Amino acid sequence: MGCIESLPYEIVLSGSSFKECRDYIKKKCRESVEVQPGFRIFDTHIIGVPPITIGLDGDFVIFPYTKPCHGTFLLRVEDREEADRLRKKK
Amino acid sequence: MEDNPQRSALLVLGCPQVPVQTSIALYLIHRLRQEGVIPVVAGNRSAITLLVVADPKRHYLGEALDLDHAIDQIMDKKRDFDLCFVFIHNDAGVSYAATMGAISRARLYSIIYGEHYDEIVASINFPCISIAAKAVHNPMPLKKMLDEVAPWAA
Repeated sequence: MGCIESLPYEIVLSGSSFKECRDYIKKKCRESVEVQPGFRIFDTHIIGVPPITIGLDGDFVIFPYTKPCHGTFLLRVEDREEADRLRKKK
Repeated sequence: MEDNPQRSALLVLGCPQVPVQTSIALYLIHRLRQEGVIPVVAGNRSAITLLVVADPKRHYLGEALDLDHAIDQIMDKKRDFDLCFVFIHNDAGVSYAATMGAISRARLYSIIYGEHYDEIVASINFPCISIAAKAVHNPMPLKKMLDEVAPWAA
């Protein structure tokens, strides 16, 4: 997931569990979409327990990002194109 | 065409902060090789380096891949495996195991260890064969469980 690190992301949650990220999205995001593990987002295959919930809030995409040593982070990235692409999946 | 093609196994390593991981990974690689299964290891740089230093002449360790690269290859249908072992001692490990179960056709084994192994076992709600023991520094409880399941013979 090298390219994620080059994105202008904001960390919403860090060192959290996958479930905490999912619960946060469902509670706080205006819209959400569900995808399967391996789904490509920001040119990266997403990791997680299916179904993976991705949040949408205007042009912001809120999604879980898992690293083996640090657990799961919930990241927020502003990208209208990616938000629109995800919205079409709904 | 080959009548009996060699089987392959992917070992997905987690964070190497729990000592038993490297020991059990090398033991599993050894047992797989004994059965003619080709082992491939995927992990982050630290997890792979621990194995490379422990097995400098690569008597056991064969191909080693960056974890994200291995997932990319499976997703892009460039390769897959007959068996997949995911090493789990935290929530991230569960996410990787669920992902491997969703994207790979391999028979999935979750190898669960560490201080809170029972909580992790309870959190797994996807199909896999669990091999679990409370093992942190001493690999023997986990080795015993692995020997009982004997996935190399499946």
